[in-house]
Amino acid sequence: MAPQSSIRDTFFEECEDLLEALAEGLAAMAGGARDTDTVNAVFRAVHSVKGGAGAFALTDLVAFAHRFETVLDAIRSGTLDLTPEVMHTMQRSADHLADLVEAARNEDVLAPDVSESFLANLDVCLGAEPEPFDMGDTPFDFAVIPLDFGNDPAPGAPAGHVIRFRPRQQLFANGHDPCLLIAAVHALGPCEVALDLSALPDWDGPDALTPGLGWTLRLETQESATVLQEIFEFVDGLCELDIVPLEDALVPATLPPAMAAPPPPPAPGPEVGSPAAYGAAKQDLAPGGESAEARGPKPTLRVDLDRVDRLINSVGELIINQAMIAQRLQDMALASDDDVSLHVEDYRLLARDIQEAVMAIRAQPVKPLFQRMSRILREAAEATGKSARLVTFGENTEVDKTVIERLADPLMHMIRNAVDHGLEGPEARRAAGKDGTGTIRLGAAHRSGSVIITIRDDGAGLNRPRILDIARRKGLVAPDADLADAEIDGLLFLPGFSTAASVSNLSGRGVGLDVVRNAVTALGGRISIASVPGQGTEFTISLPLTLAVMDGMVVSVAGQTMVVPITSILETIRPAPGDLHRVGTDDSLLSIRGRFIPTVDVARSLGFTDPSARADFPLLLLVEGENQSQCALVVDAVHDQRQVVIKGLDSNYGQVPGVSAATVLGDGQIALILDPDAIAAHRASPAATAVPRPSLFHPDVHHGQH
Amino acid sequence: MANTDLAETDLEFVTFSAGGQSFSIDIGQVREIRRWSPVTPLPHAPDEVLGVMNLRGSVIPIYDLAARFGLDRTPESSRNVVVIAMHGSQTVGLLVEAVSEILSVGRERIQETPDVRSDTARQTITGVITVDEGMTRVIDLAAVVQPRGKVAA
Repeated sequence: MAPQSSIRDTFFEECEDLLEALAEGLAAMAGGARDTDTVNAVFRAVHSVKGGAGAFALTDLVAFAHRFETVLDAIRSGTLDLTPEVMHTMQRSADHLADLVEAARNEDVLAPDVSESFLANLDVCLGAEPEPFDMGDTPFDFAVIPLDFGNDPAPGAPAGHVIRFRPRQQLFANGHDPCLLIAAVHALGPCEVALDLSALPDWDGPDALTPGLGWTLRLETQESATVLQEIFEFVDGLCELDIVPLEDALVPATLPPAMAAPPPPPAPGPEVGSPAAYGAAKQDLAPGGESAEARGPKPTLRVDLDRVDRLINSVGELIINQAMIAQRLQDMALASDDDVSLHVEDYRLLARDIQEAVMAIRAQPVKPLFQRMSRILREAAEATGKSARLVTFGENTEVDKTVIERLADPLMHMIRNAVDHGLEGPEARRAAGKDGTGTIRLGAAHRSGSVIITIRDDGAGLNRPRILDIARRKGLVAPDADLADAEIDGLLFLPGFSTAASVSNLSGRGVGLDVVRNAVTALGGRISIASVPGQGTEFTISLPLTLAVMDGMVVSVAGQTMVVPITSILETIRPAPGDLHRVGTDDSLLSIRGRFIPTVDVARSLGFTDPSARADFPLLLLVEGENQSQCALVVDAVHDQRQVVIKGLDSNYGQVPGVSAATVLGDGQIALILDPDAIAAHRASPAATAVPRPSLFHPDVHHGQH
Repeated sequence: MANTDLAETDLEFVTFSAGGQSFSIDIGQVREIRRWSPVTPLPHAPDEVLGVMNLRGSVIPIYDLAARFGLDRTPESSRNVVVIAMHGSQTVGLLVEAVSEILSVGRERIQETPDVRSDTARQTITGVITVDEGMTRVIDLAAVVQPRGKVAA
């Protein structure tokens, strides 16, 4: 049953899009949007899920979608007010619908009582007796959906018109040519023309002058009926003209049998939101740019990820190959205007272009990820009895697919955290003069080669004395340690740290912010925290745009060429003799702008202690670790800055402390990519000072059991 | 018929010398044999891990087989070769002094490793095969490249 299963796969893929559209529409409605387009889009999404589910006999899904749809219909027709309670039910129902789809996809069955309670909630909305539902008539019951699409159809529906045109005698008498009119219609989009001969008079009859021809034109276009009417303006009154939206015309019953349009092409109906139908909406010419853009998805292609990755690998090789050729040429000391040099420069630019284009394939907007978070927020709010809303911005920011996938769990945890720990209860909020409903703002933006994700709540802010108190009790900091605010905030990222006074349903699962931080670090990103008492807490995650290439500073360490990620370097410093101050035998501090910053000898930290390779005048790279802790890395020389292709060490070898990955240099040699955070943290390994402060942010530190 | 039976039970090994001893590895695991080229050392690596080299864009760790068996590191020589071998999806290189021959033997000619004192040998040698002038040790690639304990933190 391969074909069946592939159709099934397509259905579930489409469901993803539909559920996304549903979530988006509901979010707009929750934000106050009441326009028919939005409500229709929501209705259509549910309806399309139902239609598709019916074809696969997914009874649970159909039954639930049907009831959901009924409530949406009531909202659309205005018989049901969209109160906050109803809105809440709608959103929860959308969540449940997503669950049902997921269950159907995995061929699971959800516990019936769960569906029952959701169904009951929907019935409460209707304030009516539960509507009897007969599965039997559903699969093929593609009833007329009286939607007012105007000239702006929702995605999933082929847009266009059916034009029935029958010239009268006068038309021909005035010298008009139906052929030209039909051609003008045809110019607006794909058009099927059917000739209607039913009114053809008897050839032998007396009235040979009465025209007997009629045409039915089935036009797919985004143009409005007005545009069509303009075409026929000159023959106004000279013909019978009837223009109906394609949508309505799809239902055969509305067509007089004699004028029946040719059978529609396979599956054009709204019930199967086929990708082609999505494509049809692409040239949405409706005014009001933004909404049109948001609603009309561009045509897309689903490609096996392996193929893309193979391409990315090859392009990586191409870049390396180009660098090798360039280096060889340089070694040959050709004149800089030599033909070959110029061609190689073109090659370089071309290779970069290809690389960027290929990387863009993997880039995806964070929108679906953010939409999933609104569900997490609702569930968290429900579980904690708090009232919260999610405001997202920058949803169209594009990030590498892998980054998005691996960000889902940390983000989920942080949203829960923000609701559970960040926001106060409604009473406390009102007492503090705030809106009883807390707001969590989730945003994404591109900033100089990175993606910045922020999660901000308008809660009470971090309770620093309490955090410090807990950390002391758990032995995470020395009792007499005097920590700056940022350092106290940083304690939250320590393994096992939890500030929840009581173990709630949400926290206490053994997942702490340390896990979040590890996940972000594993992606080559960083996380920081900022908090203002009484106003809220903000987490900022900074991530690389892609996991395949990065900008690096090429340096020498103990005779080895290595790469340091540019993103972590604040500045390079050539210290004056008086700038370095030794502390004890091994450590030294760098004095810079009146501050003292610890230094780390990279060679020694990596265990490369070849004294002969020591440079007489080392350079320092000032790097910033998590939570703004700075540290200066000692290297022998800094060469240049270039984009490097990241090659993992994990697959063939394993993890190397202090090294995040490797890359291939222009000469074909491998250079290691350093992990400045790990090296900086390494500084405070066991033998190091007794002062606990530097080690606070080391992921491997386990002071005592908790 | 006898020939067919023999062919089915025949195993092929690539034999090579490392640290003055003869070792062999199932030919199915060998991808290619390359000349030695300088590697990039890895920090905190065990003694036998010489570093990583670039094999057509992949980063391949190179193990000194002699050092892995507790013998002295293979001295640098232009005759040295790297046996590129695959274990599952993992590709590694083994630095050896020289590749000797391809050995085709019946399964019954592989003897179990005699009870030796060395842990390394017990864990990484699956058997021995007698050859003309002595014997060759059949190595278990998975055990050879397995990280031993925790690397120094």
